[in-house]
Amino acid sequence: MMKILRGGKLGIRPRFSNIIVVDHLPQVPQENLISWRALFARFTIKLVLLRKMVFGCLLILQPIKLLVIASLSIIHLRKLSLRREKLMDISWISLISSPSTCLMRLRSLWRVPDEWAPPETKPYTPTENLHQWLTDAKARDQFVIRASQDTEVLWNDARQMKPDPVYKRTFWTESFVQWSPLGTYLATVHRQGAAVWGGASTFNRIQRYAHPMVKFIDFSPGENYLVTYSSHEPSNPRDTHRVAINIFDVRTGKVRRDFKGSADDFAVGGTGGLTGVNWPIFKWAGGKDDKYFARIGKNVVSVYETETFSLIDKKSIKVENVMDFSWSPTNPILALFVPEFGNQPAKVSLYQIPSKVEIRQKNLFSVSDCKMYWQSNGDYLAVKVDRYTKTKKSKYTGFELFRIKERDIPIEVLELENKNDKIIAFAWEPKGHRFAVIHGDNPRPDVSFYSMKTAHHTSRVSKLTTVKGKQANALYWSPGGRYIILAGLKGFNGQLEFYNVDELETMATTEHFMCTDIEWDPTGRYVATAVTSVHEMENGFNIWSFNGKLLYRIPKDHFFQFIWRPRPPSLLTPEKEEEIAKNLKKYSKKYEAEDQDVSMLLSEQDREKRRLLKEEWSSWVTKWKKYHEEEKLEREKLRDGEVSDEEEEYEAKEVEIEEVVGVEEEIVSFDFE
Amino acid sequence: MRPILMKGHERPLTFLKYNRDGDLLFSCAKDHNPTVWFADNGERLGTYHGHNGAVWSCDISFDSSRLLTGSADTTVKLWDVKRGEQLYTFKFDSPARSVDFAVGEKLAVMTTDPFMDKTSAIHVKRIAEDIEDQDNESALVIRGPTGRINRAVWGPLNKTIVSCGEDAIIRVWDPVTGQEIMSTKDHENGHKKAITSLCISDDKSHFLTGALDKSAKLWDTRTLTLIKTYVTERPVNAVTMSPLLDHVVSPASGWDGIEKIRPEDGVDQLGTADQVVLGGGQDASSVTTTDHRAGKFEAKFYDKILQQEIGGVKGHFGPINALAFNPDGKSFASGGEDGYVRLHHFDPDYFNIKL
Repeated sequence: MMKILRGGKLGIRPRFSNIIVVDHLPQVPQENLISWRALFARFTIKLVLLRKMVFGCLLILQPIKLLVIASLSIIHLRKLSLRREKLMDISWISLISSPSTCLMRLRSLWRVPDEWAPPETKPYTPTENLHQWLTDAKARDQFVIRASQDTEVLWNDARQMKPDPVYKRTFWTESFVQWSPLGTYLATVHRQGAAVWGGASTFNRIQRYAHPMVKFIDFSPGENYLVTYSSHEPSNPRDTHRVAINIFDVRTGKVRRDFKGSADDFAVGGTGGLTGVNWPIFKWAGGKDDKYFARIGKNVVSVYETETFSLIDKKSIKVENVMDFSWSPTNPILALFVPEFGNQPAKVSLYQIPSKVEIRQKNLFSVSDCKMYWQSNGDYLAVKVDRYTKTKKSKYTGFELFRIKERDIPIEVLELENKNDKIIAFAWEPKGHRFAVIHGDNPRPDVSFYSMKTAHHTSRVSKLTTVKGKQANALYWSPGGRYIILAGLKGFNGQLEFYNVDELETMATTEHFMCTDIEWDPTGRYVATAVTSVHEMENGFNIWSFNGKLLYRIPKDHFFQFIWRPRPPSLLTPEKEEEIAKNLKKYSKKYEAEDQDVSMLLSEQDREKRRLLKEEWSSWVTKWKKYHEEEKLEREKLRDGEVSDEEEEYEAKEVEIEEVVGVEEEIVSFDFE
Repeated sequence: MRPILMKGHERPLTFLKYNRDGDLLFSCAKDHNPTVWFADNGERLGTYHGHNGAVWSCDISFDSSRLLTGSADTTVKLWDVKRGEQLYTFKFDSPARSVDFAVGEKLAVMTTDPFMDKTSAIHVKRIAEDIEDQDNESALVIRGPTGRINRAVWGPLNKTIVSCGEDAIIRVWDPVTGQEIMSTKDHENGHKKAITSLCISDDKSHFLTGALDKSAKLWDTRTLTLIKTYVTERPVNAVTMSPLLDHVVSPASGWDGIEKIRPEDGVDQLGTADQVVLGGGQDASSVTTTDHRAGKFEAKFYDKILQQEIGGVKGHFGPINALAFNPDGKSFASGGEDGYVRLHHFDPDYFNIKL
């Protein structure tokens, strides 16, 4: 082929980067060649149109292979790759347009042997146990932290009151790290793409996912798929950003589906970030099987299924003006929010997937904004509705509470006692039936707790209590429910209140000054609070017990991330869990004994350490005293023989001196009347 | 304990020094007038007028008769403490920073800052007993360390000079030949950033350095052995050591009462029978939930032996630049960027901090 190129009459420099190979052409009889050439000229013209500047083209028509050689500048080549889809519609042309791999691909094609040989069967090599960390004898949890250039995975060894290092690596990631939802992998993000790490005892790279300049990543809930996202600056500033999204199979590392387009196509609904995109763009339906994922578009919601990675029934759900959507965390139910438009009222509707049947709908009037909150089991959906008052001058907030699991999905309306209270935060109790709301206008808002159940009437929302005047603006429920942290971040400087919702009492009130992030460990036993590098000072993290006792604190400069390693759901049946809870005393004995031993050992070690420190110190002090004593004479000499040294004790004496200044006698006359 | 607020300076404080008897406190500030105060009630006794620039440090003679002050006006002045008169002015060609009397007060070490094309230097001057005989001649000039030399003090028996500064290296010099005897240059656990302050013990056997690398370190003067490291969460501007108890105070600021660290509920209270230790009872993991909302310019107390934080004293509205312990160990003073000197007399329970 090189010969052909060299002999080319076009005067173009033959490089593999400017060769486009068009393969799989039909066998053309010699006499029809002319008409084929004409067809090809058309194709070439198309290329010319696409790129405006093709300096020359050479068509070599051979029985089965045809080469189109074009001299293109790099920019043109890049444009070409963007237009690949357009060229593809000439269906019998398969273009190998990636410039650098062009030759490699071609060579490998040439090397295909004519004879087929059965593939070799490789012996099975067992892979590492990726769930080893769950079998920790002390039942500890892991977490990952990122500070300066170091990324570190540690055990939270609360008994020893310190973290226990597992693995540390400098420059492990170029932007951030992320655990997969079940904790199997740790994902790192690099310029070339993303990678996942895991393993039994250490962290080995398990798979790589090539995606240049990747910006965000997102796992499917069953961690079968990884979605990666990048946006590229357009060469022309008036154009919008180009967006590329790939969906990888986590285990094989193969791309299952990719999406490309302008940023505008992906920036529908909600308020986007800098690039105008809300991440994640694709939201996954709940559950471990990763069956469906969806994205919102202009007037449509597109739901894909992972069998074929195509739209369900080959079409999207058409919903005029749809603004926001969310999946139930457990069932394939989609909740949509459509704002008011013209005479149409705003509405929230629930769709069953894959049937796309609307199972419930609620119309809402004078709505300014809506937010949807699913309870973690998918039992309830709370919709926070901001409404205009009649004058349209002010707003007030109410809640629409959907009972998903009950027949016909009853809806209840909840309004706060003081309708004008601003809602600062809302959070469902995980796996529970309660929720907490921070509301109020004053600098110290109130926190109210509600239950979806009442003593007599099961399907009626009821208020449990309101605690007044809290310095809180964020709510963090324990993953096991029952306990909640009322946190005052930002303006409140990191106030923390640990609250027991069963007993409706405060367990501890404390503070982690300037605290920016709070995260419960997956078991709900410990809480981490962190000050990340948004603040210059105080960087580091604290570990607390669930009831607000500070266990240890680790200061770290340039602290970026703290994430607990998630755990997969418990394998115990609810009955078994209940049984354990009932007989907790029996089970806890063993652990309490262990705790006791550790604490004994600790204080023993501590005592020993302290003794050594003291001994070492006293040896220094003795030495110093000896020197000081020896040098006493010399020191006195330096002071011209003045004996007074720092050893000298002086006493303060009060001396009274009476001095007779003079005596004068005077006769005072008395007048006796 | 309630601190006594001493407002006499109009600019940030730079240095504090008690006389040997502990009844007078000398303060230097960026305003030009070193001030002397009664150390027990904080009453101002007088000021020393004459400098024409920020005063960076001072030293007081053994018998409290003479005061030496180093100033950015390129002079070091010798004063009569009682009458407030200038006795002599040493002139330099760049700003003077640290001053320290040798034992016997026949010598003094002074440092000058790098200025224009001048490098920093350590000068040893003879101090004449009769002021008439005083001259400006340096007995020795040492140059070498790059950057500012923040502090230079005499070692035991005036046989060494210990200096530290912006190059993060502590050096020990021979005051006669000017040779460098030892340094922490290759010390792997030495300071990583500029050393801001140095405080030497009464018997000159050990000294404490504070640095911007957020740590303070305790060294043996004779061997330059690193004995202890105290790690904090913010750059250390000033350090001092309790002459009475085994405490160290690092970056300082104001007052509210020393916040004590609560003992950990589960952990045994460890015995602190040794009278050397004050408040060394618990684990590093259970350090206090210090409430330093307002500015967090705090003086922190550390157990000298166990290297653990004991508590803190808040109150200043700016960073603390200077700290000094009264020689009797029963009070301490802090000087802040806010221009205040805060004088703290310890409460009785301070002496019984046992956790």
